[in-house]
Amino acid sequence: MAAPRRSLLLLLPLFLLLSLSLSTAFQSDELLLHDDDEFEGVRASSTPSQPLSPPLVASTRRRSADATQASGASESNTVQFTLEHDLGSGVGFVPAGSFSARLKSSAHGSQTLTKLRFTRNELMEDEKDAFKQLLNEDGFYTVRLPSNVLDPTRKDYVYSSIKARCIPRDSLDEHIVIHMDGVNILAVNYGSVGGCQYPRPMKVPSKWTFNSYTVLKTAEQAPRTPSFVEQLIEADSGLGEVMKPPEKTFWAKYWMYIIPLGLIVMNAVTAAANIPEEQAGGQGQPAAQRAPIAAPRRR
Amino acid sequence: MAPPPRRLLLALFGFLTAAVLATLVAAVYEDQVGLADWHQKYIGKVKQAVYHSQKSGRRRVVVLTEENVIASLDLRSGDIFWRHVIEKNDPIDQLSLSLGKYVVTLSSGGSILRAWNLPDGQMIWETNIQTSTASKSLLHVLSSNKVAKDNLVLVSTGRSIYAVSSIDGVISWRKDFTLDDLEIKQVIQSPENDIVSVVGVAGSSKLALYQLNAKSGEIVKDAQESLPGGLCGETVLGSHDVLIALDQTRSAIFVIEFKGLSLSYNKVRVSNFVQDLSGTVKLLPLMSNGIIALQSSCTVYLLKLKGMDGLEVIHSFDRPAAVSDALAITEKDEAFAVVQHVGSQIEFIVKVTSDLSNEVIREKVDIDQHRGSVQKVFLNNYVRTDKSHGFRALIVMEDHSILLVQQGAVVWSREDGLASIVDVMASELPVEKEGVSVANVEHNLFEWLKGHMLKLKGTLMLASADELAAIQSLRLRSSEKNKMTRDHNGFRKLLIILTKAGKVMALHTGDGRIIWSNFLPFLRASKSGEISSALRIYQWQVPHHRVMRENPSILVVGRSGGDSVSPGVLSILDSYSGEELNSQRFDHSVAQIIPLILKDSSEQRLHLIVDSNSLAHLYPRSPDALKSFIHERSNLYFYSVDIQENAIRGYSLQKSCDLNLEDEYCFSTKELWSIVFPSDAERIAISETRKLNEVVHTQAKISADQDVMYKYVSKNLVFVATVSPKAAGEIGSAAPEEASLVAYLIDAVTGRILHRVTHHGAQGPVHAVVSENWVVYHYFNLRAHRFEIAVIEIYDQSRADNKDVMKLILGKHNLSAPITSYSRPDVTVKSQSYFFTHSVKAMAVTQTAKGITSKQLLIGTIGDQVLALDKRFLDPRRSLNPTQQEKEEGIIPLTDSLPIIPQSYVTHSLQVEALRGIVAIPAKLESTTLVFTYGVDLFYTRLAPSRTYDSLTDEFSYALLLITIAALVAALVVTWVWSEKKELRDKWR
Repeated sequence: MAAPRRSLLLLLPLFLLLSLSLSTAFQSDELLLHDDDEFEGVRASSTPSQPLSPPLVASTRRRSADATQASGASESNTVQFTLEHDLGSGVGFVPAGSFSARLKSSAHGSQTLTKLRFTRNELMEDEKDAFKQLLNEDGFYTVRLPSNVLDPTRKDYVYSSIKARCIPRDSLDEHIVIHMDGVNILAVNYGSVGGCQYPRPMKVPSKWTFNSYTVLKTAEQAPRTPSFVEQLIEADSGLGEVMKPPEKTFWAKYWMYIIPLGLIVMNAVTAAANIPEEQAGGQGQPAAQRAPIAAPRRR
Repeated sequence: MAPPPRRLLLALFGFLTAAVLATLVAAVYEDQVGLADWHQKYIGKVKQAVYHSQKSGRRRVVVLTEENVIASLDLRSGDIFWRHVIEKNDPIDQLSLSLGKYVVTLSSGGSILRAWNLPDGQMIWETNIQTSTASKSLLHVLSSNKVAKDNLVLVSTGRSIYAVSSIDGVISWRKDFTLDDLEIKQVIQSPENDIVSVVGVAGSSKLALYQLNAKSGEIVKDAQESLPGGLCGETVLGSHDVLIALDQTRSAIFVIEFKGLSLSYNKVRVSNFVQDLSGTVKLLPLMSNGIIALQSSCTVYLLKLKGMDGLEVIHSFDRPAAVSDALAITEKDEAFAVVQHVGSQIEFIVKVTSDLSNEVIREKVDIDQHRGSVQKVFLNNYVRTDKSHGFRALIVMEDHSILLVQQGAVVWSREDGLASIVDVMASELPVEKEGVSVANVEHNLFEWLKGHMLKLKGTLMLASADELAAIQSLRLRSSEKNKMTRDHNGFRKLLIILTKAGKVMALHTGDGRIIWSNFLPFLRASKSGEISSALRIYQWQVPHHRVMRENPSILVVGRSGGDSVSPGVLSILDSYSGEELNSQRFDHSVAQIIPLILKDSSEQRLHLIVDSNSLAHLYPRSPDALKSFIHERSNLYFYSVDIQENAIRGYSLQKSCDLNLEDEYCFSTKELWSIVFPSDAERIAISETRKLNEVVHTQAKISADQDVMYKYVSKNLVFVATVSPKAAGEIGSAAPEEASLVAYLIDAVTGRILHRVTHHGAQGPVHAVVSENWVVYHYFNLRAHRFEIAVIEIYDQSRADNKDVMKLILGKHNLSAPITSYSRPDVTVKSQSYFFTHSVKAMAVTQTAKGITSKQLLIGTIGDQVLALDKRFLDPRRSLNPTQQEKEEGIIPLTDSLPIIPQSYVTHSLQVEALRGIVAIPAKLESTTLVFTYGVDLFYTRLAPSRTYDSLTDEFSYALLLITIAALVAALVVTWVWSEKKELRDKWR
């Protein structure tokens, strides 16, 4: 069971890669943001433990099983490169761990790394002391990687640093993002797993082991600029149909006339109501006065 | 009270949207041009000048400048008649006149010959000439003594010589010389016959002479001679048959005579006839009649040729002095001019070659002190009213300005240093003080009275045309926009400009006049010929509370040598008067200048200057500054972009320098992070950051569906674009498959790559602008064959759940909690790209005082104009069919290309020739931003991206308002009286 499983594991990223390169329209933000298939969280004990395979991989693996034939052309081999760190004690950079990855050559001749694994070396006593010193003075913990994994003779390194006080929790938690371009490492971003407080409190870890999470990132493809030439042609052909604006209600159309009109009417009504009242009030009394006069006449 | 009905609200909303959409186009009317904007035309430093011949009767001079401009100037006023700004990739080398009506120019290393019409500057013809090697090309227009219909223009490049007809540009003959490595140095026309002599140097020591028939190009005679000691390449014609050449060591002179077929030479050491000569010498070109000019490091010598065997010094001038070319005034007499400095004046001397002991003219001319030394002189003669010869000269000064000197006075001058601006900064004007205006009036009461008399005359229609002009200028000077004090709206400012020559000038934003100028002594070329270069200009001190009485000052940083490791220099100037307060010479180089936000107790801003050894030096060097710096040192980081190594590196500052411990203002640096781009796949094309002084008003964006998105607002955001090396050349040099552009968003403190996106089939040139939480960049899409502008907006996801409005109101949100770059940011990115019609020369974004006003992109187009494009067109949330809510929010339906609305050209009908930079300066009025555009020309205007919503426009009718108020008050009174009367009547009833 173990052997086919491994080959399937190997095929999966390749399949994803192929599907990515073949179909330009397909946007794979999944691959880039959550690089689960190229991401191996490793417990950094002195012996490399089994990779934690996320459940997502298991589900995609079944899908990738159909692509077994397509992967026949490619060959893969393992490359190793070391992570070096500087504890600021004046020693300089010393190896702190090693990455191993599989090199994939695609049909275009470009090479990519997949299945990255990371093994942390255990800290020596003097290194622990140096680290404590670093924590004390709130110094920088710096790591570096070779900029080209295939050609370690080139003395180009990419560096990354963090304030040492950001790392310790119960153990030493680190999060390494490696930005790749083919077989070149563009940059390594070293950081703590969670946030880092400011001001940074001094905290000595209870366990002197590294808890490492590594992510491999490649460049995202920019979406193609939308082009509406076809739609414009369509619109030209369908020139006869003029989009009718949605029918407005009577109120929405004429409210600006209705309100002043209403005001005027109301004004007029009240005025009209006042006039009879006044007339009624003014004529009421003479009528009342007249009434006694009229009454004797009837008599 | 019942809440207003929803429908009414909607209607209100709709009305608002309509109003907002209506403001998308903001243009000026024709009669508003020039009210708030000004445009100035320049040409640059003159390197060659040709006068119109006297017969043509026009008083004009045609000049060629280092900014690649050919222009025709009026000799009376210095105004430009016509001007052509030629592209930088087609540099014009030489200029000449032909037949008295064509200007002939030779450009692109001798491969393009053009003729322009002299009166109006229209191009007559253009001829392409095949050039094989990158050798110096020569242009020689044959002067025909006889009345000939056609005039030939000879162009020599390397081993070949071409004769081109000056009427239609047809190549009439071409001659290739067979001698290997021949480089033609001189074309000489003998006055009598149609014979042209061509002198060339082959290898380093062989001199060759050919005589050609000018009509057909056939070789009549040729002679060659090897000279011992080699030639350095500089040759000059001594007289019509004697050639002077410098040897390889530049310490001896060959006097070569060519009579008929024979070449005879004599080698003379310069030290034989020049006493106490130091260093090497240079031949100054084109003297004649047996006079040559030699220039050593500190002196200019005039030598006379005495037959074959020697030279004699007739005059020597201490540098800086300049000698003009010889100018034929009669059949056989020639004049030349020498200009030298005498104290604060310059002395203008004209001599005639036939009589060297006498001087025709010796005049002392007063000039402005801030012009430096004389660089070049171009002499011209004219006939005086008494029929004698008069002389005038165009003098090019060290600050790139030109002066016309005639009759012992400067007739006009042009500040052409403004054509090559290096850096621009805005500075405030002094605050208006009480009583200042009264004091001014008392000071020149007579002037004041005169002004009022003039105005009175003007109103009584008694003024003459001159007086009317005087009134107009008075009115302009006293008008609101040209005052020398700070205004309420912050429209009046000083634009402090640093030019390539090292001159600092302050222009008034009202009308663009020069308030002060200072040619910094440390940026002037020293006597040893060391070239200094001006780098940047910064605000040094902005007086605030404690030092309110002091004037603000500015910092100018330069380099006292050509290369990047030469030591730097610094100068501090008063920004009101331009006086130099302090200057200093560093003992280290200048690689990067970082203005810090920290200030010392005298409000001087701290600056870090990083040298080429990555050591940081703190300025000002005061204990006070050091204290405030040390306190913040652990929180300071900087980064550098290394184009050569194709890498970006971030640094922190360490305690002190390792080298010199006693220098406590020096700090060593530690490399914290680096990003190394693979050289075979990517080359850094551009890196861009936010402007330091940019203000962001809202940290969150509320979308139509009541969702809050927090902007990722970080001062440390750096945008970097890389292009594939194959596609680094011109557009079309690479196939779409091999071209790609990668855009990066990087946090400069930790070196974290926040976002990285690849555009396949895209190539440079890339222009970008970063503001708030977005980046806009312009590039070419090879697949679509069009330019594109892409936008990336970056939002902070870690604060996304912080949406509780109650918390926001009660102040319990975490917006004010300290943010550290060391936390892993959780960002989301929205992006979109659009087609754009123009190629772009420069890009900027408007800036306002509080950052409330919506932004506009200022795009310098290929047509040298500035286009203001609303940022809303570059919203990544634009979709094909926006919902009603989105429409209310102001989202424009998606289109594939960005609209270019003709009314949105900021420069309206004007062109800012050879546009290089756009600077946006916030005014005090929130709605308004000041835009200054520079290239060879200058243009300044005011811009209100969302209309002037916070002030009334100029057209606002105050009269109508007052009349309305008055009418209302009157109506009030009348109705009151009426009602009183009615009441009274009612009571009486």
